Amino acid sequence: MLRLSKVNKYYRVGTHSLHVLRDIDLDIAEGEMVAIMGASGSGKSTLLNILGILDGYDGGEYWLDGTLIKDLTEAKAAHYRSRFIGFVFQSFNLLPYKTAVENVALPLYYQGIPRRKRNAIALTYLDQVGLRDWAEHRPAEMSGGQKQRVAIARALISKPRVILADEPTGALDSETSQQIMALLGEIHGRGITVVVVTHEQEVAEKTQRVIRLRDGKVVPSLHQAAS
Amino acid sequence: MFNIDRWREILDTLWHNKLRSVLTAFAMAWGIFMLVFLLGMGNGLSNGVQASFADDATNSLWVFTGTTSVAHQGMPIGRRIKLSNQDVTDTRNLPMVDHVTGRFSIQDNFTSELKVSVGKKVSSFDVRAVHPDHLYLERTIMVAGRFLSDVDLKQRAKVAVIGIDVAKFLFDDSDVIGRWLTIGTGVYQVVGVFTDGGGEGERAKIYIPISTAQAAYNGADRVHMLLFTVGDATVEQTAAIEQRLRANLGAAHKFAPQDKQAVRIRNNVEQSQSIRRIFEMLSQFVWIMAAGTILAGVVGVSNIMMIAVRERTKEIGIRKALGAHPRHIVGSVVQEAVTLTAGAGYIGLCAGVGALKLLAVFVPKNEMFADPSIDLRVALTATLVLVIAGALAGLFPARAAARVNPIAALRDEG
Ligand SMILES: Nc1ncnc2c1ncn2[C@@H]1O[C@H](COP(=O)(O)OP(=O)(O)O)[C@@H](O)[C@H]1O
Ligand SMILES: [Mg+2]
Repeated sequence: MLRLSKVNKYYRVGTHSLHVLRDIDLDIAEGEMVAIMGASGSGKSTLLNILGILDGYDGGEYWLDGTLIKDLTEAKAAHYRSRFIGFVFQSFNLLPYKTAVENVALPLYYQGIPRRKRNAIALTYLDQVGLRDWAEHRPAEMSGGQKQRVAIARALISKPRVILADEPTGALDSETSQQIMALLGEIHGRGITVVVVTHEQEVAEKTQRVIRLRDGKVVPSLHQAAS
Repeated sequence: MFNIDRWREILDTLWHNKLRSVLTAFAMAWGIFMLVFLLGMGNGLSNGVQASFADDATNSLWVFTGTTSVAHQGMPIGRRIKLSNQDVTDTRNLPMVDHVTGRFSIQDNFTSELKVSVGKKVSSFDVRAVHPDHLYLERTIMVAGRFLSDVDLKQRAKVAVIGIDVAKFLFDDSDVIGRWLTIGTGVYQVVGVFTDGGGEGERAKIYIPISTAQAAYNGADRVHMLLFTVGDATVEQTAAIEQRLRANLGAAHKFAPQDKQAVRIRNNVEQSQSIRRIFEMLSQFVWIMAAGTILAGVVGVSNIMMIAVRERTKEIGIRKALGAHPRHIVGSVVQEAVTLTAGAGYIGLCAGVGALKLLAVFVPKNEMFADPSIDLRVALTATLVLVIAGALAGLFPARAAARVNPIAALRDEG
């Protein structure tokens, strides 16, 4: 589903450039649930952004469901993003002035689905994450766990094949983190590919496989060595 | 392309940034209000002054006499110049001159107030002794009977053409043609009643044949003022005619043609042209001001939208991550700018028109000011300009919005 070969990424900082990802080889099968772990600054978010076509890369190849994703125009990138990918962020990134149901419905707005219809659909997704009764509330009135559920419902509404979650539990207490991971596990159970960036061992343990990054390189794991 | 959803999004955004929206809208509305108001005021001034010009023929020249100030052909200075019937005839022969009349001042000064009576009704009115062509010089409008004729002139007929206000004062009924009235010491028959656009004073005049007055008041062939029109002569042609006239009069009455004290000529052609020029300049000035205010409005809206885009970088990033096409982002910013600019501009437009209406009610018509208003075409043009201005105002912020990098916008601090 997601395949990277020899992907490199540099950030230009002033006059010199920072080599953030080095020859990343990665293969995530459809329906897999993996965790990407690593120290802060090891390049996890950068990797996830490339997978989500929010960012480009400087060498190598990225194949998404058999399509080479390279040097896309913004319009093309937007197209693939809305067809394949749902994002979940550490800080939720909900629009503060919109209600839960409007936030969830937003991706459908960009697919040209009329308001009434998309709000109805959004309501069923809110139901799935257990927040039907919170549909008309704004983010400021909700707890962190609830906000993250709204964000997950929003990521799901466009029926993505891949969910990319960057530290989804980073701002939550451990009990809520467990609930969110359970929800992501349930989503994985429906056959959706889930990639979770985290630095918490407990979170990583809820996935099938852990990819470790160190200084922009993939650390060969025992699991991989064994296979 | 009308998209209810898009509108809802935009109104939502404007609503959630109320203060910003209101401030921007106010700047734009104020600009347009000032523009409309200034244009209307300019029109009011122009209407007022043009109406007061409707009194006299704008293509006329008026010749007044005075005393010489330059020694000429051995004649001393300080000599009074006196025009005669011959000068009227001579002036008629100048090229392009069409209507010529003299004026004889009965009391040898410029007001010729005489006692006028019918039965027990007595008052004094200004009596002008003129040639038949005078009809064209003052834009006299006949409402009954006729003006003075060449036959009246030849026969030194004791006939009078009276202003409508004179008729109202002297006679009880409106059927006044053929009635008699006493002017000074003579008895005259009314042959016509007139009105005049030039104001109340002009409607309280009485015209009698110049020859009649000359005979009755020992005027011989004396003429105190000479008035004539020059058809559609240009300003340059009129200047040439003026020069010819000065030369002729100078030769006939032995004064230096350039002696401005001996003969003073009021050139209405030149005057009306320069007044027209002033109003053209005024309206150009207002348009330049308008362009300035609109430009300032555009820059203002653009600036504020730019700040808004910066403030909403995160939101734009989120929207992009959720699959917003750059076209969506650009479109919504431009539409927001157009909505803001055009909406505010329209409010300004209506307020301006309203203010002009109020002004028209409270400021009575006078010779400087009448009917302040702008015409529909100007209003429509302004509206169109506003929409274009709004789109322009949205362009740069929209580009900035399209360039928002979602990763930078969404990076989690910490
Ligand atoms: N836009 C950027 N410009 C310059 N350097 C960046 C940028 N984004 C990330 N970096 C740097 O790249 C490295 C990897 O960052 P990131 O992928 O966010 O790491 P992680 O998510 O693992 O903490 C860090 O050293 C970070 O400072
Ligand atoms: Mg990170």
